[in-house]
Amino acid sequence: MTVLHEPQTSSPTGPTATEPATTGDAAAGPPPPWRRGPRTDPAPLLPETEPYHVLGTPRERPDADPGLWRALHRQLVLGRRYNQQATALTRQGRLAVYPSSTGQEACQIAAALVLAEQDWLFPSYRDTLATVARGLDPVAALGLLRGDWHTGYRPHAHRIAPLATPLATQLPHAVGLAHAARLKGDDVVALALVGDGGTSEGDFHEALNFAAVWQAPVVFLVQNNGFAISVPLARQTAAPTIAHKAVGYGMPGRLVDGNDAPAVYEVLAEAVGRARAGGGPTLVEALTYRLEAHTNADDATRYREDAEVAAWREHDPLPLLTDALRRHGLLSEEHEQAARDAAEEMAAGMRERLNAEPVLNPDELFAHVYARPTTQLTEQAARLRQETRTR
Amino acid sequence: MTITEARSATLAEALRRALRDALAEDPSVHLLGEDIGTLGGVFRVTDGLAAEFGADRCADTPLAEAGILGTATGMAMYGLRPVVEMQFDAFAYPAFEQLVSHVARMRNRTRGAMPMPLTIRIPYGGGIGGVEHHSDSSEAYYMATPGLHVVTPATVADAYGLLRQAIASDDPVVFLEPKRMYWSKDAVDLDAPPQVPPLGRAVVRRPGTSATLITYGPSLPLCLAAAEEARARGWDLGVVDLRTLVPFDDATVCAEVRRTGRAVVVHEATGFAGPGAEIAARITERCFHHLAAPVLRVTGHDIPYPPPLLERHHLPDTARILDAVARLQWEE
Ligand SMILES: Cc1ncc(C[n+]2csc(CCOP(=O)(O)OP(=O)(O)O)c2C)c(N)n1
Repeated sequence: MTVLHEPQTSSPTGPTATEPATTGDAAAGPPPPWRRGPRTDPAPLLPETEPYHVLGTPRERPDADPGLWRALHRQLVLGRRYNQQATALTRQGRLAVYPSSTGQEACQIAAALVLAEQDWLFPSYRDTLATVARGLDPVAALGLLRGDWHTGYRPHAHRIAPLATPLATQLPHAVGLAHAARLKGDDVVALALVGDGGTSEGDFHEALNFAAVWQAPVVFLVQNNGFAISVPLARQTAAPTIAHKAVGYGMPGRLVDGNDAPAVYEVLAEAVGRARAGGGPTLVEALTYRLEAHTNADDATRYREDAEVAAWREHDPLPLLTDALRRHGLLSEEHEQAARDAAEEMAAGMRERLNAEPVLNPDELFAHVYARPTTQLTEQAARLRQETRTR
Repeated sequence: MTITEARSATLAEALRRALRDALAEDPSVHLLGEDIGTLGGVFRVTDGLAAEFGADRCADTPLAEAGILGTATGMAMYGLRPVVEMQFDAFAYPAFEQLVSHVARMRNRTRGAMPMPLTIRIPYGGGIGGVEHHSDSSEAYYMATPGLHVVTPATVADAYGLLRQAIASDDPVVFLEPKRMYWSKDAVDLDAPPQVPPLGRAVVRRPGTSATLITYGPSLPLCLAAAEEARARGWDLGVVDLRTLVPFDDATVCAEVRRTGRAVVVHEATGFAGPGAEIAARITERCFHHLAAPVLRVTGHDIPYPPPLLERHHLPDTARILDAVARLQWEE
């Protein structure tokens, strides 16, 4: 019986127990299998020690692509307004719940804008804004949270997977979809969003492993906003950074300032480009902060200090980018006003449409359980119709 | 405070008190879960316990249900009595492998050498307007797994007593907490906790002569309300609260059904291959000659739990229960 990893001392080329192999010594022959080093030099996979910044550094060159920078700015303005409006609608009872991404808009926007039309976005429950920035109707994006349908939008229309609530479960899907697209010869990259807490789930590890083994065209973007509900990062992982985890799977890990929209965009663009060119997956960790509570049902004062929130408000993605554009004379008053107007128009539309009573048809409960409803469900539907008529 | 003053407590408070008393009495009791420390759990059931007993006894874990239950299993293997909190019903599914493959059958696999004295608390059920994955009733999965006890209290007093019993049990207990009842109050003095019978004893909440409603957890108040409404139609309905689904109290259920000859099982989990199917079959096997009508079921529809704005069309209501009672072919 062969025992895995048992030293084969009789091997003519391998070292014996008295002759330990020394890596790098060519004369000793190839290292034995149990001493085989990493197949890839880990150094290029390791994240930078400092998160990648663009704003306020010599890399700040919006004039190289002013269109992109202005688009990021406009989407940030819209995104901030979207979060405010959705939160207000929650207070009015129009949404069951809303997990705000205020403070994290740069990650959401960059994730949406970096993808080509044929690419796929895999959002989690906090990422409605990314779906809107990718072109989804702002109200359709809120179906899950309004509670009239679980997803409600058509995933293929914008290549946006259904928002996933069970944490990290969308990550293997992203890997599988990207793998399938490549098997079919299609030029498709999948970008999957996950929170820092979600990186503890088994699905996160399994997805990264599959992605690296298959060299699937996937980008994982971890929005590290400091907390998983009440649990701070230090209680979530003992790794130096989440980006470091990439090395263990054999993919590059990248660390970026998640409130620096051009920086997030650049890092993601590089990762998407690598995936598209057949270079495999990347794990990107964006350092950001959740300025609001976990959801409207959460009391954030129980687990964090106001001073910490205030400090992060000083590092708000919107003024950071606005100031940079102004510094370069690339943001006219008209641009800013146009962005504000578009945001108000979007918010007014959201109010109007979400304040209208949703049209609900109980028949729909049975319509999409199977491709062809079972007789059992047809009977139940008939009984429910009867009940709703007679009551 | 005077002795005569009747105190009232919520179901969540009763559960907290049970955890607190268990932690205080037995150093081998340890709590594990997401957000159960500083935050006190998303339903605040563990509020204050980390402050009182320390972060080792009431531990915020990384966010990983398989990891939580898997490590709790190892802790139980070494003699601790872990009490695990799953944040919501549908978020217990990642831990299913540990539950089914290991927790439930460790005693069996080891010929009794390795018991699993661990409790898995799971808030379950709908009716709170929760979005997808926050309203599942998954009791049938647990009931179908040999080796697990399945417990679900429906009153404040039972919440305390049954959780104490669950923690004291040398076998694993899936303890299903009806989340829409967390805030329901009862005049119960938690400082003088009532004794409850061992796991596996149902209780007759209301005697009746016309027919028996058999239910548990979140559907108990509904059945009591239906029994009230039925009086106007001249029906005297009994209500049995099962309290534990495994072990199942055939004796209490059959005694009641034999008296009335008619039974309706009520729960909000889906009906097909659901808990009611097992219950109806047991009643039929044991009470066939006493039955004046088939055992009926009033359950949720056989669909994934619907979005909150539609859940009222899914959940059983008193009208559905009374419709079923009416179908029991009266001839008296
Ligand atoms: C499998 C699973 N377990 C538990 C939950 C409950 N839950 C919802 S959000 C959340 C915290 C998530 O934190 P993180 O991944 O950091 O994302 P963030 O909310 O910070 O964006 C938890 C525990 C869930 N949705 N899914």
